[in-house]
Amino acid sequence: MNIVACVKQVPDTEAQIRVKPDGSGIDDSGIKWVMNPYDEYGVEEALKLKEKFGGDVTIVSVGPARVVETIRTALAMGADKGIQIDDPALNSADAYTTAAALAAAIKGIPHDVIFCGQRAIDDDSGQVGSILAELLDLPQLTIVTKVDIEGTTVKVVKPIEGAQLLIESSLPCVITAQKGLNEPRYASLPGVMKAKKKPLDVKNAAALGVSTEGKAKVAKTTAPPSRPPGKIIDGADAAAKAAQVAKLLREEAKVI
Amino acid sequence: MAKGVMIVAEQRDGALRKISFELASAARKLADELGDEVSAVVLGSGVEGIAGQLGKYGVDKVYVADNAAFEPYTTDAYAQAITKIVKEKDPAILLLGASVLGKDLSSRLVGSLATGMASDCTDVKIADGKLVAVRPMYAGKCYGEVVVAGSPQMASLRPNVFAAVENAKAGAVEKVDVALDAAKLKTKVLEVQKDSSGKVDLTEANIIVSGGRGMKGPEGYGILEELAAVLGATVGASRAAVDAGWRPVTDQVGQTGKTVSPNLYVACGISGALQHMAGMSSSKYIVAINKDSEAPIFTKADYGVVDDLFAVVPELTKECKKLLA
Ligand SMILES: Cc1cc2nc3c(=O)[nH]c(=O)nc-3n(C[C@H](O)[C@H](O)[C@H](O)COP(=O)(O)OP(=O)(O)OC[C@H]3O[C@@H](n4cnc5c(N)ncnc54)[C@H](O)[C@@H]3O)c2cc1C
Ligand SMILES: Nc1ncnc2c1ncn2[C@@H]1O[C@H](COP(=O)(O)O)[C@@H](O)[C@H]1O
Repeated sequence: MNIVACVKQVPDTEAQIRVKPDGSGIDDSGIKWVMNPYDEYGVEEALKLKEKFGGDVTIVSVGPARVVETIRTALAMGADKGIQIDDPALNSADAYTTAAALAAAIKGIPHDVIFCGQRAIDDDSGQVGSILAELLDLPQLTIVTKVDIEGTTVKVVKPIEGAQLLIESSLPCVITAQKGLNEPRYASLPGVMKAKKKPLDVKNAAALGVSTEGKAKVAKTTAPPSRPPGKIIDGADAAAKAAQVAKLLREEAKVI
Repeated sequence: MAKGVMIVAEQRDGALRKISFELASAARKLADELGDEVSAVVLGSGVEGIAGQLGKYGVDKVYVADNAAFEPYTTDAYAQAITKIVKEKDPAILLLGASVLGKDLSSRLVGSLATGMASDCTDVKIADGKLVAVRPMYAGKCYGEVVVAGSPQMASLRPNVFAAVENAKAGAVEKVDVALDAAKLKTKVLEVQKDSSGKVDLTEANIIVSGGRGMKGPEGYGILEELAAVLGATVGASRAAVDAGWRPVTDQVGQTGKTVSPNLYVACGISGALQHMAGMSSSKYIVAINKDSEAPIFTKADYGVVDDLFAVVPELTKECKKLLA
């Protein structure tokens, strides 16, 4: 089975995000970069399928030189090879353009299942997996927590509001991983050593024939709207404080 | 030239969902600024009867496509049909909900329409005749104002953030026929397992009562369930509680859980880690109950109670019961 996992490198969840004074984006100095947590689930599931059915796991990532480290992390977990799409014109590409670059790279390699994360925790856009599926003319199974493959059919579990769906699809397809799918493994020390020797291809937008024009752009970045300072509720004891909160919720906030 | 604002309304089991009215109201405001019309698309089987309800929230025209293949929802059938309708009607702006269905469908449409989208927006406005969509990024640590160069200009709207406002318009229903290419229908829903508790999903809840590590164990949640029952709320959890196995993964609020925007979020025994606040900081009102006055959750809370939650929560339940009686 030929499996592809798309991984994005994102700021660590603890990272302080500072908006540049001119609102042109964020200041990314001093940020610690990690693999998008949802992509870890995708990589883990890819490795599980490989263990079950044999085959190859290819990691694809769009991004500058620093993303090589994230690709190597996936290789150290057990993936076989990497493709880095490195082009300054793609550095803050929108979802459509990123997906187009991924599609162009994946088109050229055999693929039965393609994993993405359900969303990247930097732009929080949650679009790339579906656009990729459309551009490759494949079915998509998004935000899934269980994957079962038999022959050329896949069954997945997808939680929706107030229910769970069991969905069947033909292969090949794109699956976007949600928390709950699995517990991602850590890279072992021998894994890290081996990863250094695994093949890593580097491509640019022109070689892939991808337009970098873009369909959407963040025209301005701002700090989050500030919340008015809150009240600490005074009171003799827990009961008095609770009574006060209930009253405020009813009379001031009018939410109950 | 592309003109008007179109929404994709969402229905389940033959009833329009709340997000549909939120979309209609947001679309109405944009359309009024542009001096244009609002249209809506409703897909389903036997849904012509409910389509007219959208008029009440400001929709001028509703396109209804009826087909057994639209029930239950699949990406394949919906994306195919809506791509055709959008290409034919050529709206300038296309809005969907950032619900589970809307997330799946909208991003597919970005591909099929080869355009751009601002997803999970908390505000939309018009500047210089163009859509400007405001959305939290980096888990709400900053906000982006997105402009779409492609057509239509797409945005998905975060559920529960936009008010559904009555503003009656014609809501004229027009049936449209969309022939589906059956060879392209590659997915099938085999089973729908409804959550037996019947509770409102966190992403749609008006009130959430959430518990963290401070609940001490799964039993602790009993007092939260009691408060939730009185308030008509849904119970949520921090990742610490989920990872400890006290609550199911579907209850997790935060950066790697659900993004919620209720009117009221009551955080009990939750410290307020960045990753937790990422998921709930767009709540309208936040109450924090924590015995540590230094807990970061108090920086976001409208009302903070520094005390033992096991003493406060039962009293709060009692007081609310009294007020709501
Ligand atoms: C990649 C990544 C993703 C993450 N994603 C999420 C996410 O989606 N959601 C999430 O929630 N977390 C997430 N986290 C975890 C997050 O960093 C915190 O560890 C977690 O939110 C802490 O949960 P907590 O507040 O319940 O526990 P703690 O931080 O341990 O806080 C417990 C609080 O309870 C209070 N307390 C204890 N006893 C009482 C009592 N009797 N009465 C009143 N107060 C009491 C304490 O004072 C304390 O403030 C993520 C972390 C990482 C690294
Ligand atoms: N630059 C990228 N390189 C590789 N994969 C990406 C990239 N951007 C997004 N993806 C994939 O698409 C998923 C969703 O991303 P997004 O649509 O940006 O939220 C991510 O979890 C990745 O699997």
